Amino acid sequence: MAGFTGRTSSLIKYNDRSLKDLTTTPASVSSSPGALVHIKTLTASSSGTLSFVHGTDGVVLDSTYPIYKFEFINIHPATNGVAFEFNLSIDGGSNYNVTKTTTNFGAFHSEDGSSSALNYDAGRDLAQSTAFQTLFTSGTLGNGNDESTSGQLKLFNPSNTTFVKHFMSNINYYANSAYSINCYVAGYGNTTSAVNAIRFQMSSGNIDSGKIKLYGIKDA
Amino acid sequence: MAIRTAVNKALTAITALPTAAALVDGNLTLLTTATASSSATLDFTSGIDSTYDSYLFKFYDMHPATDDTDLTFQVDVGTGTSYAQTITSTTFQVFHGEDGNSGAIEYKANRDQAQGTAFQPLCQDIGNGNDESMSGHLHLFNPSSSTFVKHFIGLGTNVYSGDGSIQIYSAGYINTTTALTRVQFKMDSGNIDSGVIKMYGVGDKQS
Repeated sequence: MAGFTGRTSSLIKYNDRSLKDLTTTPASVSSSPGALVHIKTLTASSSGTLSFVHGTDGVVLDSTYPIYKFEFINIHPATNGVAFEFNLSIDGGSNYNVTKTTTNFGAFHSEDGSSSALNYDAGRDLAQSTAFQTLFTSGTLGNGNDESTSGQLKLFNPSNTTFVKHFMSNINYYANSAYSINCYVAGYGNTTSAVNAIRFQMSSGNIDSGKIKLYGIKDA
Repeated sequence: MAIRTAVNKALTAITALPTAAALVDGNLTLLTTATASSSATLDFTSGIDSTYDSYLFKFYDMHPATDDTDLTFQVDVGTGTSYAQTITSTTFQVFHGEDGNSGAIEYKANRDQAQGTAFQPLCQDIGNGNDESMSGHLHLFNPSSSTFVKHFIGLGTNVYSGDGSIQIYSAGYINTTTALTRVQFKMDSGNIDSGVIKMYGVGDKQS
């Protein structure tokens, strides 16, 4: 037996079972392109803001992933008639004031059927503004017990120091005037500094409840 | 005696997922696959619960038996089979004909609902030519909530029966605070001749 120097009376236990008994995916295969990797979930409880700051409380928001996805689950405001909005930071969350140029369009439809349209909302886009960017088109969110918003926002390559920082969002919300509104907001943070924090808040009052889940999306 | 080499390297050298782990694909957990074969409906009647915060349905080449039809969906609660929950929704489309004409984006008032209980279209006028079909997805948020309405966002792209590409953007909410437990898909006329719908749990389990 070439290469075998052990005792011939000992058998090496073959561990075929280790593969079929796997209950989690090994790192070598969970790195497939496009895979979502859960990083952090923040749960609102009468929260003024929800912030993801790189290096804080387990948050990763750097060059580890080329794309980050935030998923919103039933974000519910304390105050009636408000918008859900966000801003970016390049100084670890000390300031949320990155300059942004954005677009905002969506479709709305009232529960009574009297009003519906697809429209560009020129009042809710930004042109080189440091203001918080609303994720809503048209109306505002109600605080009725069953009213909320759900959807997602993707942030591309936030740690890049050459290019601006693109983002795209799509959410649906229950407007306080009993409308369903499907919103598409996109644009770029016009900075070549690395973005290392993001903050979500209501335009007024607290986030009463809801979850924001942060995922990294692996590349090849 | 033949010597069998221990396979310690196997875990680091895996290039394909073994059966148990194959259920996890990029943090999308495949729960159910339904394959149409001249099917009147494709029903998902289990696995929709509080395990995940959201569920994703992916449509692969949904091909209608009847020309000029839409893939649609409705939901139900408990063990209901009426599939007639109240929906308020929006729909808009982007269209371009194969002849290069008719490129447009527009709101589709004939495919939205205002507190309606009809099946919600996810596309528009699929052709039933041999190579014509629809693909896309439907994202359903927190269906088990007993507090909030249930938001959904859909995107479908299909070959229009009049020969063109249509993308349909549909979204809205199912206006109930009762937990949803089942989803049904069907064509608005005739059978689903072929196609596959896969249901995934999205991300980590609820926490």
